Amino acid sequence: MSEASPAKAYALHLGVIALLFALSFVLPDYHHGLLARIMVLAVFAMGYNMLFGYVGLLSLGHAMFFAAGLYGAGLAVIHLGWNVPLAFLAGIACGALLALVIGLLALRTTGVAFMIVTMMFAQVFYLVILYFAAWTGGDQGLVVPQPARVLSFGATSLDLTNPTVRYMSALALFSIVLLITLAIVRSRYGRVLVAVRENEERTKMLGYDTFSNKLIAVVVSGTICAASGAAYALLFGYVGSSFASVQYSILPLLWVLLGGAATTLGGLIGTVFMYYVIDIASGYTSAYLLIVGIALILLVLFFPKGILGTIRQRWLGWLP
Amino acid sequence: MTDKNGFFDLSKSTLSRRTALKGLAACAGLTLAPGFVRYSQAQSSAPIKIGFQSHRTGIGAAYGRWYEKTSAAAVKAINDAGGINGRPVELVIEDDGTDPGRGAEVVGKFATQHKTDIVFGTLFSHVVIGSAPAAGENKIPYFVVSEGHHVASTKLNRYVFQPGITDVKSQIQSMAPWIAANAGKKVTQIFPDFAFGYDHRDYLPPALKAQGAEVIAQIAIPPTESSFTKYFPQIPAETEVIYHVMVGPAVLTFVKELGEFYGSNRPQLFGFMDSLEATDINSPGLEFLDGSHFWEGSPRYAQADDSAAQKAYRAAVGIDDNGAAVGDPKDVSTASHMFGCWETLYVVKKAMEDAGYKGPEDRAKLVEATEALTEFAEGPEHPQGPKTFNGKIHQCFGIQNISKVEGGKLTVVHKTKIEDGLYEAEGDYTTQAL
Repeated sequence: MSEASPAKAYALHLGVIALLFALSFVLPDYHHGLLARIMVLAVFAMGYNMLFGYVGLLSLGHAMFFAAGLYGAGLAVIHLGWNVPLAFLAGIACGALLALVIGLLALRTTGVAFMIVTMMFAQVFYLVILYFAAWTGGDQGLVVPQPARVLSFGATSLDLTNPTVRYMSALALFSIVLLITLAIVRSRYGRVLVAVRENEERTKMLGYDTFSNKLIAVVVSGTICAASGAAYALLFGYVGSSFASVQYSILPLLWVLLGGAATTLGGLIGTVFMYYVIDIASGYTSAYLLIVGIALILLVLFFPKGILGTIRQRWLGWLP
Repeated sequence: MTDKNGFFDLSKSTLSRRTALKGLAACAGLTLAPGFVRYSQAQSSAPIKIGFQSHRTGIGAAYGRWYEKTSAAAVKAINDAGGINGRPVELVIEDDGTDPGRGAEVVGKFATQHKTDIVFGTLFSHVVIGSAPAAGENKIPYFVVSEGHHVASTKLNRYVFQPGITDVKSQIQSMAPWIAANAGKKVTQIFPDFAFGYDHRDYLPPALKAQGAEVIAQIAIPPTESSFTKYFPQIPAETEVIYHVMVGPAVLTFVKELGEFYGSNRPQLFGFMDSLEATDINSPGLEFLDGSHFWEGSPRYAQADDSAAQKAYRAAVGIDDNGAAVGDPKDVSTASHMFGCWETLYVVKKAMEDAGYKGPEDRAKLVEATEALTEFAEGPEHPQGPKTFNGKIHQCFGIQNISKVEGGKLTVVHKTKIEDGLYEAEGDYTTQAL
């Protein structure tokens, strides 16, 4: 992999952001709404990718971080009457704290054990949501009231249920997380993470505290996923336990594998791809998951490193 | 002023054969032009598009299939009778995977891509609750057939209606008088430890208390449980009635193990048909239910006193006297719930006619016209029975059936009154802005 100049890498990412901004003005209504949702979930994928792609830790429990943000923000609005910015911060804080605790415990393991431990913690989190149904709405979930989903700045206010405001809010979150991710992976810290992924023992031998570095990565990853969950609750108005189920731990893994692990834009590409395959295939057959499965097999055969990962390997070695 | 070229002087013009043919051709061309067709149809005969949010896959698939069959039959009947406001009705179906996230996307797809007039047909509560914000934001009326109390709780929004099936709070309340008078006064509840079970946990005790009976134990069983024997010793010995609402594949094991626990000397059993929808009552392991009683929304088995409307409805949907698909006795229907699709579509028809509905620009009028409805008489449009409708909470109220399992069939032994299921409104949707 050759190194890109900072200008080239940032130009590409700013170009993607500009493209998404421009799409807001030309996309038909349905795709406009769908892309807003995709951008929020692509943030979830980017958070997952931070740990899986760059540190090589495969978690099967990231739904708990997404759900921590979802419930942290949603319940703050529903039960405490907090405004949107405070609720969003509450969601992020919940995810960061949870990630810190889970990281301290789960990082005692590696490999398959790490997968199992994270999955078990996520299952506990899911069952806790069901257990406290009086507050969480249990398996049915809760609606975040439409009048509360307003972002106020003094005399002016932005209604998050307005399609344009929602799209731009999703784009803002996506852009910030994308640029932060890019900055992290290009930093000295990002290189340490890759070193841990490639050979943890050697990294230790070079004097790095790999546990602390991995713990920071878990917290950053969990925080980004929580930001996605908090945004989902506030932008789309629903918090439900299905978002804490194992399905939502598998989905970001699939999105990242499809788009390309350890590529900054892979999360977006994978999420877009999966969403549209499901959306289009379900219009033709109820066996659309079969088509999704076939698409995944073909991708693994022809793009073993994911779409962007393979492009980087074959043509654009400088892709971050 | 004279017109020198005679362009405006009609008296001097003569209509040649060529000119006439050109004119006819131009008219024909205009008529066939896609834009013109769209314009003319929008004014007169373009179909009314109903977005059907179907559980084709996921946990609700058995319901979804029968909801589709029932809705297709209702649409055919409506179209055969002239449609709605003289326009045919067309169902546009999208699978929500019985998932609330996908459900919200599907509602958005109906509103912004298919541009349907309304969205209809959702059953599972979490999908309804997850989709409701999308309906409110898109300002598209959302007619659900869910039986959950979420609509009537007024926690959703003004665009969500449930006019074709009663809600679970009303159903439970209606059962209490009969249970207290006929089955027993000391009741033990066994229910799944999630929202569906909580409705029964919360609403039955006060309803029974009002009838002089009481719930003496409540046993919640985790949804992941596959063996139930260890819970049965918790049932108090003085229990006169076991009220059970287990759902899902484990129900067969539950009934079998309950039978092994009690043998022939058991308390009375009362259950909700939700446990056994799309399941043959004569399946191995269910013998223990013989002689027990069930709530049914609409009877699965044809009854001796079925009305002509009920018979016509069953024939149109294609279910035989045992409640299975005509020609496939193993394909058992979800009769207790699916009638709600039929009745909801007729409510939509009535409301659209009252509102003079022409297109999506009249959606607000449709909401108000639906809220103005008060009664639905029993008949071909409402074969399950008469109903009242509370426009403030967007919920209908109707009769319920209590059926006894005997001879491998379910026979209706009691029909409740509408008044049995009425309760005080918890809010008022009509105060919300449209």
